[in-house]
Amino acid sequence: MVGIKVDEPTQIQGPGVVVPPRLEVAEDRRGGGEDFASLPSEISVRGLDFFYGKEQALFDNHIEIKKNRVTAVIGPSGCGKSTHLRTFNRIFNLYRDQRATGEIMFDGTNILSSQVDLLDLRRRIGMIFQKPSPFPMTVFDNVAYGLRQHYRLSRSELSSRVEEALKRSAIWDEVKHKLGEPGNALSGGQQQRLCIARAIAAEPDVLLMDEPCSAIDPVATAKIEELILELKNKYTIVLVTHNMQQAARVSDYTAFFFQGRIIEFGDTTQIFSNPAEKQTEEYITGRFG
Amino acid sequence: MSTVTQSPLPSPLRHRSIAGRKAADLIVKILSWIGALAGIAVMALVLYEVVIRGLKAWNVAFFTQPVPLDPMSTGGGMANAIVGTLVITAGAALIAIPIGFMAGVYLAEYGRNGRVATGVRMVANVVMGVPSIIVGVFAFAILVKPLHHYSGFAGSVALAFLMLPVMARTTEDILNLVPNELRESGLAMGAPRWRVTLKVVCKAARGGLITGATLAIVRVAGETAPLLFTALSSPYWITGLFGPGGYFGGPVANLTKTIFDMSGSPFPHMQSLAWGGALFIIVFVLGLNILVRLLFQRGKEW
Repeated sequence: MVGIKVDEPTQIQGPGVVVPPRLEVAEDRRGGGEDFASLPSEISVRGLDFFYGKEQALFDNHIEIKKNRVTAVIGPSGCGKSTHLRTFNRIFNLYRDQRATGEIMFDGTNILSSQVDLLDLRRRIGMIFQKPSPFPMTVFDNVAYGLRQHYRLSRSELSSRVEEALKRSAIWDEVKHKLGEPGNALSGGQQQRLCIARAIAAEPDVLLMDEPCSAIDPVATAKIEELILELKNKYTIVLVTHNMQQAARVSDYTAFFFQGRIIEFGDTTQIFSNPAEKQTEEYITGRFG
Repeated sequence: MSTVTQSPLPSPLRHRSIAGRKAADLIVKILSWIGALAGIAVMALVLYEVVIRGLKAWNVAFFTQPVPLDPMSTGGGMANAIVGTLVITAGAALIAIPIGFMAGVYLAEYGRNGRVATGVRMVANVVMGVPSIIVGVFAFAILVKPLHHYSGFAGSVALAFLMLPVMARTTEDILNLVPNELRESGLAMGAPRWRVTLKVVCKAARGGLITGATLAIVRVAGETAPLLFTALSSPYWITGLFGPGGYFGGPVANLTKTIFDMSGSPFPHMQSLAWGGALFIIVFVLGLNILVRLLFQRGKEW
């Protein structure tokens, strides 16, 4: 399937609003034509509930995250899309009053089980945050952080892996002369790609991206979107975004969240052109949200 | 999605007088200026007095000679008291900064709003409000009375007791300023909590932490009361660690207690030395304050 028709009603194009350059829909877009059921799943979520204290934020979520595909999670603010993503690496465990129940199967084990080694889980499932968050150290040390954390490497091996990660994150040319400079001296878009390099350097299987472009400019956004399409050859990507055009541009499958429930999940092309659920249609056509 | 309810405007709007509002603005402005000036004026007067009188006492002997044994003499200086104060304060810092730092890390990173942390935080706040002389009596009871002698160390412990809650609370406050995304990013890399805390969070807050520690030192450097029952005072140089003239063994000369004694003296030269000592403390405290602010407040800190 080629040529996705996306209405753009949510993009308010008043004077002074910069419209991101439209990306061509990638040639290698999957989904649509392929057999969803026969694709291997990287992560299978079954009956996931989530609580902030006594308040329930997710209700009985079921979703299959397919290997080497980009799965986009969309929905209005507060619908639980970030909350959902944050269960995959159990980062919510930082906060005492947050808890998840249900099943998130990854490589044969339930991520939510107390026996899971969080350090290893988080090496295998990396995360990119909304706000670029380089560590207070040099560009090199930022990328080497995960490598040093998880592997024993010689000095030369370390630097070649750092270089490799920076190249795969499409930022090497911009920072190769700045490896010794502090990471937060880079521009916002560069910082975000640095964070992607930092995450992929540790050789994860999955990359979680929580609105990775919402704090950076349109040109940098375009670069990161290109990068996402590139990275899915090697990684499974789950992308939370409030930008529907972005979901349409880069994802293979899309889940629409509303009030903590997954209203619809399916092939991105179908979700955006011919949604099965009325709520999905209303959201993507901008009638609410 | 929601329709805007169009309520009819109450007819017709009456304007409030512009002149009245301007006058109120002017009055508030003048009052706040008076308040600010009054505060600054008092500070300036104190500084002026101390600088004028203190500078007269500053000479080579002041910084090289110990306190004169004969109150009638016109020689001598404050050198032994300066050294003593530096030693006692450094000892206090060595005790209180590491413990206070760790307590602050616990409060900000681990305890948070748990029951233990809430208790610790409350105790710290209470101790910060305890009159320092009571802390002096406390150190007297645990270190001077049982050992039957005063000591510089007892003075350090008393000062450390005052520093501890300040250090813990400033550390906590500063770590709380570090955005949570940074913690999450560290943990999301698969790093254990302690590493994220020390290598990422504390590193990001480095400037603030150093400033906090320095301000904790500054806070106690000018204390007199805690030393009254502990380090006492001495006209002699500190002789080392042990023995009657040593840090652990006996009374140690210090600026504040010496100023306290000399300012009550009837002899003009003694009074003059006291002014000189006061000036030294002010310069030391102010200097440290300004130094850390210049070094670490470039706006880049969290």
